[in-house]
Amino acid sequence: MIGNAPFFVVGVLFLMGLVSIFLSKNLIKIAIAISIIGSAVNIFLVSLGYRAGGNIPVHFLAGEGTTMVLPTPQAMTLTAIVIALATTALLLSLIMLVWRHYGTLDIDEIRRLRG
Amino acid sequence: MNWNEHFPALLLIIPLFGAFLAPICSLGGKMARNILLVAASFLTLVVAFLLWRNVLANGIQYYVMGGENFRLALPSGMALPVRIILEVDAFSAFMALCGSIAAFAGALFSVNYMNRFSGQSRFTSLYLLLATGMLGMMITGDLFNFFIFIEISSIASFGLIAFWRDKPSAIEASLKYTLVSQVGSMLILIAAGSLYGKYNALNMAALGSVITMGTMEKLALVFLVGSLAMKCGAFPMHMWLPDAYAEAPTGVTCLLVAVSQASLYGLMRVCFSIYGVAMGSTFVPWMIIIFGLASMFFGVSMAVVQHDIKRLMGYHSVSQVGYMLLGLGVGLLVLGDARGMADYGFTAIKGGVFHVFNYTMYKALLFLTAGALYYATGKKDLNEMGGLARRMPYTTFMFVIAAAAISGLPPFNGFVSKLLIYESSFAVHPSLAVVALLTSVLTLASFVKVFQTAFLGPEKNSLLSVQEVPPAMLLGMVVLTAAILGATLFPSWTLSNLVEPAARALVDQSGYIGAIVGGGM
Repeated sequence: MIGNAPFFVVGVLFLMGLVSIFLSKNLIKIAIAISIIGSAVNIFLVSLGYRAGGNIPVHFLAGEGTTMVLPTPQAMTLTAIVIALATTALLLSLIMLVWRHYGTLDIDEIRRLRG
Repeated sequence: MNWNEHFPALLLIIPLFGAFLAPICSLGGKMARNILLVAASFLTLVVAFLLWRNVLANGIQYYVMGGENFRLALPSGMALPVRIILEVDAFSAFMALCGSIAAFAGALFSVNYMNRFSGQSRFTSLYLLLATGMLGMMITGDLFNFFIFIEISSIASFGLIAFWRDKPSAIEASLKYTLVSQVGSMLILIAAGSLYGKYNALNMAALGSVITMGTMEKLALVFLVGSLAMKCGAFPMHMWLPDAYAEAPTGVTCLLVAVSQASLYGLMRVCFSIYGVAMGSTFVPWMIIIFGLASMFFGVSMAVVQHDIKRLMGYHSVSQVGYMLLGLGVGLLVLGDARGMADYGFTAIKGGVFHVFNYTMYKALLFLTAGALYYATGKKDLNEMGGLARRMPYTTFMFVIAAAAISGLPPFNGFVSKLLIYESSFAVHPSLAVVALLTSVLTLASFVKVFQTAFLGPEKNSLLSVQEVPPAMLLGMVVLTAAILGATLFPSWTLSNLVEPAARALVDQSGYIGAIVGGGM
């Protein structure tokens, strides 16, 4: 049961992010919600790769253990974090430009492109 | 040294190298940068063509990055399929060929079109990066790298859509796309993670060979289908698409059309090659068919009322994507049923695949003609144009060809692919074909409207000084016109050499899997 706790946290974080994307009116809050979803996914990947009592997967001096942790999920997580950094930076700079053009961050008032 | 086996890697390296060379090249002036843009996209096109020919002649080609074998073998004898792999079958090669033709045409067009603006070194970098992302999505054989390439293309396209950052509408369009597509790519990553957690593999072929339906697989399938359908602009999630296409610089819109096809490619790869017959129920195929019908009908009915020319074409993109979803969805519906497949399923897939080629060519051409009109007149609103056929004869000629092809008028290539889709979807249920025909009629109606208001009628006083666009822009349009006319004049050659191998490769799940994991995992 306790082994599944990380996945429970992932689900809660993901839903929190998703709900606040739909309910928030402020663009900064939406950007934060997207980052929360990103973190939920990263926790999901890291907890997938966790093996209780696992060793590091090296050729030499790996120790006595018979369980090894495959580093693929960690590599995936690092890549995903780098990508999330780039998109968050881009998202925030777009929000900055929106503020400069429209003078507001309320999504209901940014509606030049409806229809 | 045999160059043939390195084509998959070269296809990605050339545009990627070009992208990072662009800022250095820009120090040498405008000319050097433009030569780099055109040369890099032309070389990509050449490599894509050679790769396509090679794959047709020798079967599926795969390339392992940084190793000989796709498995990572530990000294203890344990082997895991974790290496980065590119797998090119006839369908991927076909998509890469379509995509690189569009990228080349867009690059030629942009040379003159972007001439008036600053920040061109950034434009060149992002354009080539977008091409890299698109081609990577089409040839990767690994679910996580698919996510990486989708993010490369997304980030490049966010920047390019907001390229004119002094225009509020461009920022708004880019922001909308960023929000929607970030949620989508996170869903793709969750799906990749769930499949990895279950099978210890991210390799698409390895996954396909072991997959059996369970809760995790269903969850992953729903996330993948939902987010990829969003990325290619299917109906309920289409709202970003007309905005993004209308606000991006025109050369980029031409490439974005091909990028949305890369997402469609991903959708089909997931449905046909990873899940395939293991999908079991008809729920997902029907969902894809319903997405298709809804996008077709609502897309075109939104398009008829638009009067901004690029927005109008953006809504047409939504409706054209519907045709491909319909064709490929019908094919997916009868995937496990040998008789249905022989009767109409394979025809539907051929229609869908041919429509991918046609759509990429004529839609890119239509966007380029819209860009040419904007370049020459400085206007985007159809009501302010008129009588341009006398001033811009070449553009008019190419617009007529593209409009006839998209409306499915008989000799043109759009007619052939639409006919294949009509007759096969009719066999599933007549009402599917009725919606498709109705959409085609409305498409014709709206393009007659565009042609009539922009090109015919009396000349407006404000447009008396309009001139034909410069030669490089015309050349970009000529590339696409030649592709359309080629497919129009030689339909049987195109069907049997270009379309049929691709369609067969898409259906052949065991071939796709066997090429990699033939000897077992």
